[in-house]
Amino acid sequence: MTLTAVIQGIMRRELQLAFRRRAELLNPLLFFLIVVSLFPIGVTPELARLSEMAVGVLWVTALLANLLSLDLLFRSDFDDGSLEQQLMANVPASLLVLVKVVTHWLVTGLPLTLMSPMLSLMLALPSEAIPLLMLTLALGTLTLSLLGGIGAALTVGLRKGGLLLTVLIMPLFVPVIIFGTGAVSAFIDQLPWLGHLALLAAMVTGSLVLAPLVTVLALEIAVED
Amino acid sequence: MWQALVRWFHRWTSPKIFYQISRPWIFWSSVAAIAILAVALTWGLVFAPVERLQGNSYRIIFIHVPSAFLSQAIYLAIAIMGLVGLVWRIKLAFYAAKQCIPIGASMALLALVTGAIWGKPTWGTWWVWDARLTSMLVLLFLYLGLWALHNAMERQETGDRAAAILALVGVVNLPIIKFSVVWWNTLHQPATLKLTQAPPMHISMLIPFLMAIVGFYLAALAWGLSRTRLEILQREPNARWVREELDQLGSAR
Repeated sequence: MTLTAVIQGIMRRELQLAFRRRAELLNPLLFFLIVVSLFPIGVTPELARLSEMAVGVLWVTALLANLLSLDLLFRSDFDDGSLEQQLMANVPASLLVLVKVVTHWLVTGLPLTLMSPMLSLMLALPSEAIPLLMLTLALGTLTLSLLGGIGAALTVGLRKGGLLLTVLIMPLFVPVIIFGTGAVSAFIDQLPWLGHLALLAAMVTGSLVLAPLVTVLALEIAVED
Repeated sequence: MWQALVRWFHRWTSPKIFYQISRPWIFWSSVAAIAILAVALTWGLVFAPVERLQGNSYRIIFIHVPSAFLSQAIYLAIAIMGLVGLVWRIKLAFYAAKQCIPIGASMALLALVTGAIWGKPTWGTWWVWDARLTSMLVLLFLYLGLWALHNAMERQETGDRAAAILALVGVVNLPIIKFSVVWWNTLHQPATLKLTQAPPMHISMLIPFLMAIVGFYLAALAWGLSRTRLEILQREPNARWVREELDQLGSAR
């Protein structure tokens, strides 16, 4: 089998599994929508003040929505034993993990990104900043899926890994939040913002290369157990 | 010479021999720590001259800075021990790494608390989202994550290896976190809240300061070694020497 055939095969399987549980795919989006709409209720309905915190609220909520769905990334494969077979297969395990994570991003991170313009209108984010917000969110959720994959692999053997995953991964995610929201805020304040974006892209690239390797290590520990 | 050094190191990696030879190390490092800290803290807190700009409030530096140093050094040590455990499968490295987590976490907490106490008179507020405070807070979160991961695992061996991986990921991330937080802070924060730029220290402050750092390191060494000894007893209850040791400890009471 060629490598592309392998990638296609894994991706098709993952997408099929995801779409068999369509209701679960909606949960992160609903979470995003509901939590974002709690902020005006809890903080202030004044649009001027909402627009100041819009970037941060959208970013943090989108990340939480993404992270909470990550818990299931390897869980069902681990429970029915197919994960063990996949790791033993004649395919680089890091490639397998990478395809899994990217597919997860396609069905959660990407929809969250596509939904963000609507929510940013609700929080009165300046509309010219929306394309940049979407770009940073797309990169940020991809990085989170990659880093979160490590956490999901570490906690895959646990019955309840969801909250622990957040505790483990969120501190590691501080730089991504800083540069992601920093790019958009700098753009709104008409300051140079390309540097932030470049650093964010650098972190995506770095984690694309390194995170799958670490995830495989963590999965091997869980499978051996 | 080199061979002797290697053999000496290898002796330390056996739980049983470690248990025996660490005892004098604990004794002497705690004696030294108590002596040095007693001198350093009395000198620093009582006899060192008053600082020109901050008055007496600067004296907390003799506790604040050593604990901050230690909290970072211990995280690095945990990551290195985790790597040693993963690569060479040395159980003792995992035991020591695990028992260093609470020490590092309490040092980070101590640094944050003393920092807050110091911040009140000098900055007029308990907490600011300054770069160093924020990265210390993140470091505390990393420690708490490691501890939570250990506690969540049913088999301790799995917890050891999982925590080692997390510590390694964290140690790669720490410089990035520090760098990003510094940038974030300098973009958004007015310069009035800069960390006080102390004038170069006078020798009468510098000596107790350096002594306090050495004393904290020695105290942490003694603490870490004795916690690791307890971890050995707890983790290897079926080894015969452990049972004998436990019997002896029980009858001595």
